[in-house]
Amino acid sequence: MTRPAARSGSRASADRLARLLNLVPYLLARPGIEIAEAAGDLGVTERQLREDLELLWVCGLPGYGPGDLIDMAFDGDRVTITYDAGIDRPLRLTPDEALALVVALRMLAETPGVANREAVERALAKIEDAGDLVGAPVAVRLPGDTPRVEALRAAVEGGKALRITYYTAARDETTERVIDPLRMLMVGGRAYVEAWCRRAEAVRLFRADRIDAIIELDEPATVPPQAVPHDLTEGVFRPSADLPLITLRIGRSERWITEYYPCERVEAGDGDQWLVSLRVTDLGWARRFVLGLGPEVTVVAPVELAEQVRATAAAALNAYAVPPPTNVPRPAEVAPARAPSGDPAVAGRTQ
Amino acid sequence: MTDGGDAPGETRSEQVCGTPARVHGLGGSAASVYRVSRTRTERLVNLVICLLSTRRFLTAAQIAATVPGYEHDPDDARDHEAFQRKFERDKAELRELGVPLETGTASAFDAEPGYRIAHREYALPDILLEPDEAAAVGIAARLWQHAGLAAAASSGLAKLRAAGVDVDPQATLGLEPMVTVDPAFAPLTAAARDRREVGFDYRVPDRDAPSRRRLQPWGVVCWRGRWYVVGHDQDREATRCFRLSRVVGAVRVTGAPGGYEPPANVDLISHVARWSGPVERTGRATVLAASGRAAGLRRWAVEVTAGPDGDRLVLPYADPDGLAGHLVGYGPDVRVLDPPEVREAVIQRLKEIAVRHDELAASGGAR
Repeated sequence: MTRPAARSGSRASADRLARLLNLVPYLLARPGIEIAEAAGDLGVTERQLREDLELLWVCGLPGYGPGDLIDMAFDGDRVTITYDAGIDRPLRLTPDEALALVVALRMLAETPGVANREAVERALAKIEDAGDLVGAPVAVRLPGDTPRVEALRAAVEGGKALRITYYTAARDETTERVIDPLRMLMVGGRAYVEAWCRRAEAVRLFRADRIDAIIELDEPATVPPQAVPHDLTEGVFRPSADLPLITLRIGRSERWITEYYPCERVEAGDGDQWLVSLRVTDLGWARRFVLGLGPEVTVVAPVELAEQVRATAAAALNAYAVPPPTNVPRPAEVAPARAPSGDPAVAGRTQ
Repeated sequence: MTDGGDAPGETRSEQVCGTPARVHGLGGSAASVYRVSRTRTERLVNLVICLLSTRRFLTAAQIAATVPGYEHDPDDARDHEAFQRKFERDKAELRELGVPLETGTASAFDAEPGYRIAHREYALPDILLEPDEAAAVGIAARLWQHAGLAAAASSGLAKLRAAGVDVDPQATLGLEPMVTVDPAFAPLTAAARDRREVGFDYRVPDRDAPSRRRLQPWGVVCWRGRWYVVGHDQDREATRCFRLSRVVGAVRVTGAPGGYEPPANVDLISHVARWSGPVERTGRATVLAASGRAAGLRRWAVEVTAGPDGDRLVLPYADPDGLAGHLVGYGPDVRVLDPPEVREAVIQRLKEIAVRHDELAASGGAR
């Protein structure tokens, strides 16, 4: 996948060679194409493309006479290859190219709620075939709540502003808000709606499994010009340095925390213990998080959090000291069954 | 100029474009870098065309006499050596690009190896993609968030476009996955493809030090957004899965290609999924939640009954201890009524937490 470290400079020349070998068949398949259109399609400037054509014009078959060289006809801003000197097809896909396409297509085909899955699967079969990758040793399975994601996708594609009921784990509250959707995406096996949130007046990522209800409003989604989608290359939650830093002393059985949360520091403590520092969006969330982790976790810093944890535990114990209420419950008001998400909530920008 | 351009070429380029001034007008060192890389690229394009056009294997000497840019004096040892280095570098560059350079001898009487490129091996076979299929490939190619694979995907897509496939850059599928991988993905996938045994250091958080593992990888699996490798663990003599994010440092390829055969029709996913299948939540706990609080619990309650002292929530659960941990997070906002084992587990946890944080307060806070 990674090429052997090439000497600097030869990288650029390898890229250019690959581009040139593609260019002849590309133009051959599109006689009379406008140079500007071809440049846009190939991701180069018009000037680069003209330089590539100049170079190809002096290449050809041994003999290198007028009938041997690659030839092309210019008509205003349009170009047609009139002689290809034998490079009439692009090179075969390399194993890495075929694998990169096949794995991404398998991801797409497995994504719950994706539109036109059938076309993805047809494309996948053809690329697997061309790259000899029918048995490629990469399997993908992304189980998800397909009906829910499909409903969300339909709502996002509808182009209307949406009123959503959303559970915010960081504050343990369910709120209603109006959003103007930008796109839907899937990161780390979870689906999100990225949208302008009129309440927060900012772009927010909403986890699909925490959107409890949607109502399409009778107005188009209008995303303000300052709304910029998140850069998600580093993951959904990128803790910023202005968020509170908490330090916990954890026992061996709680070390999984370091795999699930982006930790800023992990140090060995006394015996089995580790000192783990991480950033949180909200100390209230941190309090629920620490209490939920159990007896093998102690807050080291900030003292304010340690005190909150102690006070909350003491208050809860006091409540248990009072005998439980005995009043007869009224008839049950049935809410839709929902499984707990089970895994720890990502603290942070995911609201 | 050591990398001499060919005279006919230069002439022609002046004819076509009438712009040698533009080429030379780049000025200073930029111009000379440009010219060197240009003549090198030109030479390589000519080499590819030459080797594609020949059915006979051509020796290095024959190539040097034919392809512009290889002119040298074979009788001058230094000049000849420079040519050989240049030719080696060019062959390596073509192979790196995936050009299938064949070696062989032109006849039984020739001792010197020759080279050629078989068009059948070189050319991308016809891939007829419908517009919606082409759009799907175009979308797939931009999903990679990993630089190396993103480059491979886009150069693959460029070849498909060159074969005449038109890709609509505006197409979307409504929902697009961001495809990320761990650094161990590339070497492990390659090893599984080539059936080569590997070794790596593997860190499990509840162990203090990474352990060295030897594996015959069968394949790599993405399950619920995480990557795993499945294979035969040489030390445990059993099938094992490893999480790629736990591989420490480089994956070492230790075995020869084709060193083993994975079991026929192996279902890679099932090996990973077996450890994280769906949880049956058959238990039912009743808790009393302060009104307006514990929104997270209310979302998965199967029953909510309002009362004067709060709302009774009925919660499905699988593991009493896991539920207890979850409920403790809500502190005094939530009180367990039933069953006793969950209630006792919550009280026990609260006591231990209170004691530990009391000690902390007594000892003067953070250490």
